[in-house]
Order: sequence, then structure tokens, then C-alpha cells
Amino acid sequence: MKQRGKSPDNKSSDTLEDVAGNGLLHRRTLLTSGAAIMGTGLGVGLTGAAAEPLIDQPWDLEVGGDTPPYQIPSKRVANIVRTLSNPKFEPRSSLSRTPHHLLEGTTTPNGLHFTINHTGIPDIDPARHRLLIHGLVKQPLTFTLDSLLRYPLISRPAFVECGGNSAPFFSPTPIQANLQALHGLSSCAEWTGVKLSTLLEETGIDPRAKWFIAEGADAPHLMRSVPLMKGLDDAMIALYQNGEPLMPGNGFPMRLLLPGFEGNLNIKFLRRIKLVPGPAMSFWESQVYTEPMPPNKNGGKSFNLTFINEVKSFITRPSPGLDLKEPGIYEISGIAYSGRGKIAKVMLSADGGKSWGEAALQGPVMTKAFTRFRMPWRWSGGPAILQSRAWDDQGNFQPTRAAFITERGVLDSEPAVTAFRNHHINAVTSWGIASNGKVRHVYA
Amino acid sequence: MSMRSALAFALCVAAGAALAQNSNKADMAPHLGKPVSPADMKRWDIDIQADGAFLPPGSGTAAQGAPLFAEKCAACHGDGGRGSDLAKRGLPAPPVLVSDVKFKPIDASTTSIANYWPYAPPLFDYIRRAMPWNSPRTLSDNQVYALTAYILAEGKVIDPKLALNAKTLAAVKMPNRDGFRPRFPDLMPK
Repeated sequence: MKQRGKSPDNKSSDTLEDVAGNGLLHRRTLLTSGAAIMGTGLGVGLTGAAAEPLIDQPWDLEVGGDTPPYQIPSKRVANIVRTLSNPKFEPRSSLSRTPHHLLEGTTTPNGLHFTINHTGIPDIDPARHRLLIHGLVKQPLTFTLDSLLRYPLISRPAFVECGGNSAPFFSPTPIQANLQALHGLSSCAEWTGVKLSTLLEETGIDPRAKWFIAEGADAPHLMRSVPLMKGLDDAMIALYQNGEPLMPGNGFPMRLLLPGFEGNLNIKFLRRIKLVPGPAMSFWESQVYTEPMPPNKNGGKSFNLTFINEVKSFITRPSPGLDLKEPGIYEISGIAYSGRGKIAKVMLSADGGKSWGEAALQGPVMTKAFTRFRMPWRWSGGPAILQSRAWDDQGNFQPTRAAFITERGVLDSEPAVTAFRNHHINAVTSWGIASNGKVRHVYA
Repeated sequence: MSMRSALAFALCVAAGAALAQNSNKADMAPHLGKPVSPADMKRWDIDIQADGAFLPPGSGTAAQGAPLFAEKCAACHGDGGRGSDLAKRGLPAPPVLVSDVKFKPIDASTTSIANYWPYAPPLFDYIRRAMPWNSPRTLSDNQVYALTAYILAEGKVIDPKLALNAKTLAAVKMPNRDGFRPRFPDLMPK
């Protein structure tokens, strides 16, 4: 039998400022009410035996390791890696997923940014790479990487999310997998580059242009169609990712960044932009990134051209695999983002949606970027269901699972966790906490 | 000044300021783009519009495509494009191209080229730009037309005798042509 700490003292809970059922506490509790928490008998120092004696360790008695030119994380955290869909590199797409449950903050480290490449990662010599802008322009032009570096650069954070991220949630039963497997095809970085509009000023635009196609220099020459309006708004030719040149899997030496838009549209290894009158309806637009709908919705038609990744959030800690060891105070931490704007509010529930409390947002909150939310929670040792629900500053909000399914439907059998049998799902995620502290994916 | 002329004046000032800002921005750009001729961009200029615009000269039939498919495509996509052994066992695999599966709402795994794609020219576009997987851009335009014809004929979308070219491929009406709505109508260019 596992040893537990004391049960919460109900009499003291008022001083802990409960804001919602099943132990959600006011967000200021951890900052300002340390004494109150200690007073409840929940503080770690008061739960049992005294700390062990503090002793010398080998690493503080010997010379440490040498300094590498490019440092990599400690071998003690060698478990914090991406999971690979195609480790033997068979002739098909290769996906790698971000381990959100083992990370904090809002920036995905470059080595852990998710990637999807359909015919491997090209080895591009930046000196020989060219960007061509042509089609319905006044003057077709080519640019080199060196020439782009002389243009005015801007930096901004932006999340990139695959249109197929979270596809396991179309399952009729909650697939038991961790956060990385369920929501790992989404990452956030600071991108630096040249605004596409700057280059289009130089080529000039023929008024008949309504769309542009963007194409990569990788083997599939991946191509997507984008409304020209987005190209003139916040589109960027990104050259740097978190301060260093783009990672090869993320598009080195240059990629299109369309903040808030479906990942596949953010063409990597960008080599060509052509202004055109209409969309190409490429393979990706004709079949892959579409949403087949229930027969009684949308006139029986499927959705296509689903540009925007809509508002979404998920709790990273606790989450499946990060089980709770004893009752007491924990911080619930998670990520929220919207392809339409800034996160305005994240509400949390510990009782499966019966009551809600507002989480603290870690500032600065940036548009179309990850926003970290946190909230203190007192786990009583009883069953709990943790949920997060996000709102953006444009009035969009994350649908409950029930509301989402009513509109979009649900598969009639459980798919493989890696399958993409529909796309673009942003329903509320629920983690069930059992009395033994085990965290499971549940529907609530 | 009347209300209306005041408003017009304010708009002019705003527009002038915006112009000034734009020209300042343009002044800061180093103008390093190099002009390129149509001949010099021909090899890269391979995108096809959904309506078939930009399709190149050339032609091909399903009969010409069949041996090509067996030689260059079947190893990954299975005989007749009906899926590799992996795909048939439901494992991660290259896409199935030809299937008798009936489209079932919600489930994208029941979509195929024949029962789902709204336009036919993107099939030519994709084969030409991305296939074969391990040697893209090695097929002639005639070969791409032939493979396009083979896949569409196997999917019973076109008459197996039809020779596909820029005109006939653009004229192919896909069965699910009207099966879509854009998810964000407000973002669609007018």
C-alpha cells in the first residue's frame, strides 16, 4: 500500500482560496499564500520524515567535462526526445512529435520541434539555393539567401501545427497514449525573416493575381495554394528559428511562415512563389487536408481549404505518464494557442467540467503563438478529471468534446494512434486522475 | 468644412501617410532581386491550376501507362495502384491509388482519387512533381499523361481508350466535383 500524506484540512481551505470544485485554487495561492499552505499540513516539509543528510557527490569532487562547440542537453534528460513514425526510413512520410509533457515555457527547442517530411530531408547548399517569385507579377525575380539577409528582417513567435495534429481524438473511445502521441504535431518558435510583402513590392503585382502557390526544393516539390491576401498580411520568408538558421527538418535554408495557418501550408525549403488566378487544388488540398463531414452537416459536403488552426489548449502536467505520487498541491501547467489571434482566457476544471476556474497566463501573450497557462491545484487523493478550455481575443473559443462531435462527427471504430482519418480537431482534452494517482486519457 | 468633406480630408491624410510609410519601407529594401527570363524558369515552372491551366503539351493513354505503372509505381502502391501489402494490412504505407471502397462520411481512410478528388489536373501535377518517390522529375510529360490516364481509367473515371492531353484532362469531370465547401469562405479571394 502506497503511503500517502494527510488528507486536506477542510477547515483551512478558505484560506487557500478555492476557485472551482475538486481543489482548483486561486492562481495567487502559490505566490502569496505559502504560509497558509504550510499551515494546512500539506507542505512537503510537514508530511513526514526529515530530509536526508546532505553529502558530497562525485561531480563536486572532480573535474567536470569539457566544453563542446555546440552544446546538447544533459545525458540525464536523454529521454526528452521526439518520437519517430518511420524510424527505419521506409519509402513514405516521416513524422517526429514534440514531447510537450517534458517541456516548459512557450518556445519549442529547435531539436524538439515537430517535423513532417514526405520524401526525406533535403541536404541543401544555401549558396546554390534560389527563391523565384513569378507568375502574375510585373517583374519575375530570383533571390539568394545572402541577398535576403540584406532586407529588413523581423522576428516574431509563431506556432506551427499540422492539420492532422490531435487526429486520435476522432476515435469513439479515448486512445490511451501520452500527450506527445496525441498533440505532438504542434510546436512554437521565434522566427526571423523577410516579410513576403516586402519582396512582392519589388516584383510588383498584376491585379489579376488572387492566390499564390508556394513550392519547396525537396524531392516532392511540395506545393500549396494560399490566398494572396495572407501573403500581403503577415507572411514571412523565415530564415532563422529561435535565433539560429532553420533546422534541416524545418526547412533550411528558408521556409514560408504563415502564422496561424495549417502547418503543411508553411512550405519548407521554399524555392518558388508564383502568383496565380486560382488555387491549384494540389494533392494536399484535394484529398489529404480536407474534412469529411457527417451526412447531416454542411449539406453532406466535405470542408476543404481549411487554412486556420483554431483555438486549442491542453494540459501538459499532469498528463498521461506523469502520474501523481501523493496528495497535495500541484501546479497544473499547459499550452494554449489560436491561429486567429491572442489567447484571452483559459479556464480549468478538475471535476470534468462541472465547475471552472480561470488560469494565470504567462506573459507576454503573443498573437498566434503558444501561451503558457498555470494554476495551483490541491489533489485530495480522490478521482479527478482535469480539463482546459481556451478563448482568444477575437471571441473564438475551444469547443467542448460534445459540441465538437455534434458538428464534426466521430469515427465508428478506434483508429491507430498514428492514423489521420480526419483533420483539424480542437475539442477539449480531458485527463482522468485515479485514486492511485494514475493519469489516463478520458472523454468527459 | 462639412462632416463629409472633413471625413474625405481625413481619409486623404491617412492614405498619404500610408503611402509615405510604404515608400519609406521600399527605400529601405535593397532591391537585390535578379530578373529572370521565362526560358530560364521553365524547368521549375511546373504547377498546374485546378482547371487545367498551365498543363503542358503531350499526351498519353491508359494502355501506355500500364507497363510504366508496373515498372515504376507498383512496388510502393501495389498492383494496379490497389495498395501494398502493408497498406492492405492497415499499416503505415504509401497511399492506395485505386480502390473500390465506398466513401463513408467522417472517415478520410475511405477517400480515393476517384471517389473524392474534385479535379483531375492535380493528379498530373502531383505525379510530375513528386513521383516516383525515389526519382522525382524523371518522367516525361507524355509518361505523366499516360500514368494519369492509367490511374483514372483503373478508377473508372475515364474511358480506358481516352488519350489524355491538356484539353481532355482539363475536361474530365470528377464524380465528387461538387462535394466540397471551403472551410473559411471569408478568406476566399473574391
